Amino acid sequence: MTTANQMAVERYRNNFLKEVEANVEEGHMVKMCMQCGVCAGSCPLGPHWTHSPQKIFMMIRAGKRDEVLGSDSMFMCTSCYNCMVRCPRQLPITHIMHGLANYAHRLGLAPKGQPTRDFATLFWNNAIKKGRVNELMLTLRHYFRNGLVSGIKEALGMQSVGLGLFMAKRLNPMEIFGGHGVKDLKGFHAIIAKAKEIEDRKKGFTA
Amino acid sequence: MNAPATPVTPKYAAYICSGCGIGDAMKIGQLENIAKKEGKMAIVKSHPFLCNAEGVQTIKDDIANEQVTHVCVAACSRRAKTEAFQFDGVAMSRANLREGVLWVVAAGKEHDEVRQEMAADYVRMGCAEVKKMKQPAGNLKEASSKRVLVVGGGMSGMTAALEIAETGYEVVLVEKTGALGGMAANLWKRQPFKSPYAAAQEVGVGETAARIAANPLIKVHLNSTIAETSGAPGRFAVKVAQESGAISEESVGAIVQATGFTTYDIAKLPELGGGQPNVVDQAGLEGLAKQANGGAIKRADGKDVKSVVFVQCAGQRDTTGQHLSYCSGHCCGTSIKQAMYFKDQNPDIDTVVMYQDLRVPGMGEDFYRSAQERGVIFTKGKASKVSGGDSCNVTFKDLILDEENTIAADLVVLATGQVPNAGVDLEAWNPVVTAAEGGDEAAKAQRIVMHGSSVLKLNYRQGPDMPQFKHGFADSHFICFPYETRRTGIYAAGPVRRPMDMLQATDDATGAALKAIQAVENAAVGRAAHPRSGDLSFPTARLEGCTQCKRCTVECPFGAIDEDEKRFPKFNEERCRRCGTCMGACPVRVISFENYSVDTVGSQVKAVEIPEEDEEKPRILVLACENDAYPALDMAGLARMSYSAWVRVIPVRCLGSVNTIWITDALNSGYDGVMMMGCKKGDEYQCHFVKGSELAHYRMSKIGDTLKQMGLEPERVVTQEVAITDNARVVKLINDYVAELDKLGPSPMKGFG
Repeated sequence: MTTANQMAVERYRNNFLKEVEANVEEGHMVKMCMQCGVCAGSCPLGPHWTHSPQKIFMMIRAGKRDEVLGSDSMFMCTSCYNCMVRCPRQLPITHIMHGLANYAHRLGLAPKGQPTRDFATLFWNNAIKKGRVNELMLTLRHYFRNGLVSGIKEALGMQSVGLGLFMAKRLNPMEIFGGHGVKDLKGFHAIIAKAKEIEDRKKGFTA
Repeated sequence: MNAPATPVTPKYAAYICSGCGIGDAMKIGQLENIAKKEGKMAIVKSHPFLCNAEGVQTIKDDIANEQVTHVCVAACSRRAKTEAFQFDGVAMSRANLREGVLWVVAAGKEHDEVRQEMAADYVRMGCAEVKKMKQPAGNLKEASSKRVLVVGGGMSGMTAALEIAETGYEVVLVEKTGALGGMAANLWKRQPFKSPYAAAQEVGVGETAARIAANPLIKVHLNSTIAETSGAPGRFAVKVAQESGAISEESVGAIVQATGFTTYDIAKLPELGGGQPNVVDQAGLEGLAKQANGGAIKRADGKDVKSVVFVQCAGQRDTTGQHLSYCSGHCCGTSIKQAMYFKDQNPDIDTVVMYQDLRVPGMGEDFYRSAQERGVIFTKGKASKVSGGDSCNVTFKDLILDEENTIAADLVVLATGQVPNAGVDLEAWNPVVTAAEGGDEAAKAQRIVMHGSSVLKLNYRQGPDMPQFKHGFADSHFICFPYETRRTGIYAAGPVRRPMDMLQATDDATGAALKAIQAVENAAVGRAAHPRSGDLSFPTARLEGCTQCKRCTVECPFGAIDEDEKRFPKFNEERCRRCGTCMGACPVRVISFENYSVDTVGSQVKAVEIPEEDEEKPRILVLACENDAYPALDMAGLARMSYSAWVRVIPVRCLGSVNTIWITDALNSGYDGVMMMGCKKGDEYQCHFVKGSELAHYRMSKIGDTLKQMGLEPERVVTQEVAITDNARVVKLINDYVAELDKLGPSPMKGFG
């Protein structure tokens, strides 16, 4: 990851816009933004972001690499697509936001402890292990992400929900021992590895 | 087109229409009697559908067989059925029984009496008016010139000349420099005029100049300026001075002034690097691009340019009062085009356009997108400081990120604005002339200098150039008729009229070309130009009554009136727009038109029957401008909004034509109030005749003393500004005024009239 990060800096110097164009999904559309601010005004989570899409696009053009890739704003997107349907220049804003989040994550520059990012990582790692989501483990890992004491507190808080799910046969406590996987687990892992390889090649990551 | 000579003995006829429900709501028989006995009409007829073929034929037959010379049509508004009620060779008045009475007086039996009284008064007024009218005889010109002078050989001037010549009219094109092309000739490329608006185009000055050279109808004077312009539309005599001093005379019928612009002086912008090396304006960059001739654009010192910053609105849209306060409109597009010069040659060159608001009129949005696709960076920011030198630094505030920033660049381009070449500012000219005539030597010298900077060098008493509109741009009736100026037959085109880009300038020139052709054709038959297009009447003065007060010459918005050797007003009717402002100005009432005079309106004022005080029926005179207020009143009727039946409305050509005698006559004869409705005045004027409404307001502000002498309250005369869309508001204005006058009580003048 670090090598890729350094390489990108080397290759593009200050021209962060070109870096984004080459590495971020739909990144080539960033330059088409006309700074009208409709996206910023349309976002239901607007007040909770540090940077609106309008600002993110301007920062990219201004070459503010660290600020953009270290921003938590892209992770706040709930994919409601309001900005995208309203953009007069038809920028795929939602896709660009996810692309930027993904790029920042891969470079290891995304903010540490960002809850959306952490949960997504947790979910991904859980899902690719057996090819299906182990809900019990996902929930427990999520509860205990900040240590034992807060984990117990959080778990006890959800006690009745857990019990209800168990009674309705929606939660199998035996899953704690690894759970069940997809039929051809080997094949599934091969698919994931190949997909990663293709993506890395496309985006120029060698690490 | 001219009317036949009016027969010696006048014969008056009135025709009353009972259609559209008029006959159901009013007693037509009584109206006929009034027309006959009070109106003294020789023939009075009523018809159930006067505007149909049969009704119109009745009138035509009477004109042919009974030698009727004056027709009063009592039917709908004078603005309706104008084609049906069009009778050549006779004078005609219209009594507005439909929009003016039927549709605005509340329905129902309880209003029958006031409705009938209102209708009767309008019939009386129509009869009174027509008896004072004459059918304009027209003023056919024998030797009217149909050539057009175009001043300025830039893109606008060349386009105007070609457009005029291609319709078959002769053109005289005068250009100050030694070659045609103007500003356009200095450009490397121009913005695209046609789809797909994606790339800069060849300017094409050479081809346009070649088309001019090949056109036998266009006579070109290079290295020439105007030494003097005298005359009027159809008979301008223009002295064209060569650089050598030789003078040739041209007679033309109309003038198109396309004198363009100069760029705002970059030296006035030292804080933005003006005057420092490697900081150029847009014209300067065109020069560098021309030099590069398609290769890499180099700086003046020969160094390659790897990064360039365009600073928009440099010395424009300025709020401090130091620089241009307006937006020049073309510069965003021009910077986009120039950024493409760099990107097309080498995509790796960093190009930043720093704008506050990117304004790309027309199809410029596509052009903007095309530059974005090429990788031109657009930054919303306001530059505060530019340091020139080997590496320029642009300090600016990023308005999106809300922070101060600095960009380094090899070259900085300032988008400065357009300054019109409009000649002498008459507002500055007039005091200098007054001082010079008073014997001030310094003023005399200044007058000579100012006259030297004049473009047209008109010998009009109002000054040597056309009046200037805002920010020193040549005159334009901006809101309604952008090509029209206050100098009839002289049209401004291109950036001298308002800031614009080249495509707009060529469109503008085409428009001015058409106006110029109209002007020469109108002048040839003695017809008015806009807005009273086709009017054959023109003002005449009974000079034996004139006191030489000069009010008419000063107040004419169009500079139509000169002074003759004996200092009497001398009317140039070809310059006249027939607004009647001179008639309203004249304190001794010696100016009149054949079909519109102090008498035609005055007799209507007097024709209204004023009820006695104890009848408690007030009468209010409304003088409504025929351009906006009268249509608004008509439309109120059309929408069946009712207003008070106490008012009697008389349309006037312009509030400027309102002579105070009408007001004093009305009040003397017992009217309770007078309301004037004109157009919006001031900087954002909507007056068709520019100054009429303003003059009326001014004159009425002076009427207080007269009212005091008469023992009347000042509220008895009011002036209102009305727009053509104000149909609901005019109703409210009238009804509110009626309520106000009700509180004031009846006029004490009643019964003395």
